[in-house]
Amino acid sequence: MSILIDQSTRVVVSGITGREGSFHTGQMMDYGTQVVAGVVPGKGGQTTERGVPIFDTVAEAVAATDANAQFISVPPKFAADSILEGAAAGLPLIVCITDGIPVQDMIPAMRYLKTNGVSRFIGSNCPGLLSAGKAKIGIIPQDIFLTGPVGIVSRSGTLTYEIVDSLTRAGIGQTTAVGIGGDPVLGMRFVDVLKEFEADPETKVVVMVGEIGGSDEEAGAEFIKTMSKPVVGFIGGRSAPPGKRMGHAGAIVSGSSGSAQGKVDALTAAGATVADTTADIPALVKAALNKIVA
Amino acid sequence: MLEVGWRGKSGYNEQTKMKLQEYQAKEILARYGVAIPRGKVATTAEEVRVAAAELGGKSVVKAQVLAGGRGKAGAVKVTSTPEAASEFAASILGKDIYFEQAKAELTIGRLYVEEALPIAREYYLGIVTDRDSQTNVFIVSSQGGMDIEEVAHSHPEAIGRLPVDPALGVRDFQLRRVAAQGGIPVAELSKITPFLKSLYKAYVESDANLAEINPLIVTEDGTFIAGDCKMTIDDNALFRHPDFAALVGDSEEMDEFEKDAKRRGINNYVHLDGNIGIIGNGAGLVMATMDEVKRAGGEAADFLDIGGGAQAALVRNALELILSDPKVKGILINIFGGITRGDEVAKGIIEATETLNIQVPLVVRLAGTNAEEGLKLLANTDLLPAATMQEAAQKIVSLVGND
Repeated sequence: MSILIDQSTRVVVSGITGREGSFHTGQMMDYGTQVVAGVVPGKGGQTTERGVPIFDTVAEAVAATDANAQFISVPPKFAADSILEGAAAGLPLIVCITDGIPVQDMIPAMRYLKTNGVSRFIGSNCPGLLSAGKAKIGIIPQDIFLTGPVGIVSRSGTLTYEIVDSLTRAGIGQTTAVGIGGDPVLGMRFVDVLKEFEADPETKVVVMVGEIGGSDEEAGAEFIKTMSKPVVGFIGGRSAPPGKRMGHAGAIVSGSSGSAQGKVDALTAAGATVADTTADIPALVKAALNKIVA
Repeated sequence: MLEVGWRGKSGYNEQTKMKLQEYQAKEILARYGVAIPRGKVATTAEEVRVAAAELGGKSVVKAQVLAGGRGKAGAVKVTSTPEAASEFAASILGKDIYFEQAKAELTIGRLYVEEALPIAREYYLGIVTDRDSQTNVFIVSSQGGMDIEEVAHSHPEAIGRLPVDPALGVRDFQLRRVAAQGGIPVAELSKITPFLKSLYKAYVESDANLAEINPLIVTEDGTFIAGDCKMTIDDNALFRHPDFAALVGDSEEMDEFEKDAKRRGINNYVHLDGNIGIIGNGAGLVMATMDEVKRAGGEAADFLDIGGGAQAALVRNALELILSDPKVKGILINIFGGITRGDEVAKGIIEATETLNIQVPLVVRLAGTNAEEGLKLLANTDLLPAATMQEAAQKIVSLVGND
């Protein structure tokens, strides 16, 4: 199983000829991911060095190749349009790694994604996701993975790699790791990914990696209360001095959530085990796995 | 008190958002037909006198600084004659004034002189881009003035909130409802509605992520006018606003090190009070590294995310910045080599440090792909390798001590 992507996932890459796009497409293919099409307006009819056919539009790419997931690696000023193009073409999964998309571009894009109800969206400003031994969409380094029973969802890129790496070194494998990204207006959030892991028979334990700011961890904690699977949590930024005020309006809208302690408390109250340090995560996961076997 | 994250450029670290001065924000509002008082910018006491005379004698003189609570700090004064305005200007221009909200002394270099309006009532009005509802949200309250957060706490029902559906935009019936919820008298609803509409247009088209009008003034003849305006612009959208680029100065909330970082092109840097310099790749990893240093009994001197790759030039630039802080007694570099291999990362760090005369201990922790090879390379240098984040933190803290 694994969640969201596997060997059957057929990826169309928007921005496949860009420096980042072509490099990471190669990495994804090396990992065994089926990259079936690329999209670059004006370059339709060409093929990439790795033999991937290029189309002018996502719709044409989908019609010709039955692509069912989109990887977006285009500059920020074009990214929201690319997300909308993927959604309009009916792609069930869209992953955008682009950093620096104007938030006023993302607000209507998210509205369309929600109303349309067809596409699940991961990002933006995220590392993407990887299902161990099966497929990856994004820029997560693949060499650190081992197949196994642990699902990972995280707001941070390198901290995800850190934790996957430490699990692998401890001999504990993974199903899927999802980096949901750090933008203010975000696609899938903790709770959405946790639901997927809860439903995935291969995933036995979930590691959730949050950080200070926002209230997505608290929302995730609400769902954890209902989960049958154990969750190991970690919150980064415990030592950060209180951040700058966002003006009155931000405080009024978002209330007082966002502190590291508040998130740790919410996760603990929901039944998750919260690691004080990343070094403790493999042992906590192992303990949770042992409990299930016993 | 809201804590925000420590994310970089595109995240929500407030320091990376472009804050506008009141007079700049009001200039934008005026372009969209949002009523503002007549006013003039001045940088000398004489300019203030002339401006006050032109505005009719009675005026409000306001220091232009990026800090709230200007009234409490003594940086705003209502004056009844041009001479009094000029006298007040002379008393604060060039002076350092402490602002409690910013927790900093700011030098007053520019003043804004406005006509004094016949105020009947003061309300609160804000728009903020909200993570949770994923859209722009109006906030309206008849309880204007300084302590709106207190009102939100004690009388949440006295605050009107409207998350705007971007597909629908703002509609009159919604605006009347949110204003009424916020306690605006029924008789004034037809006047506040066009004001809210213009503000929304200004907000979206300027790529703002916060606009706060506090107070929103109702004059004795029933006109709505923006008394003050705090506005921040999403700097990811500056490519659409070349005219705003001219407005960007160093944020007054940045200290000297943070200004230097900006000049060096290092955007993801926050200066802190400790003595252990920290460099890492990825905001989450850097935060986790700070946490480990704290756990080991040390204090971080900074938050610095150099992003992917850790090329020599980047590392060197970051080290120079950190070493310019005399408090720094040791440095910890924590890099997760993902797609960039650990041995390449190690080479970059070695190359960067070879050309710098570093007098403090420098612990390097490498993880990820080819980390072992990278650590081997480091073993032949003065750098102190560490295999885990925890080991690295303990090593640097023990070397620096707790002085």
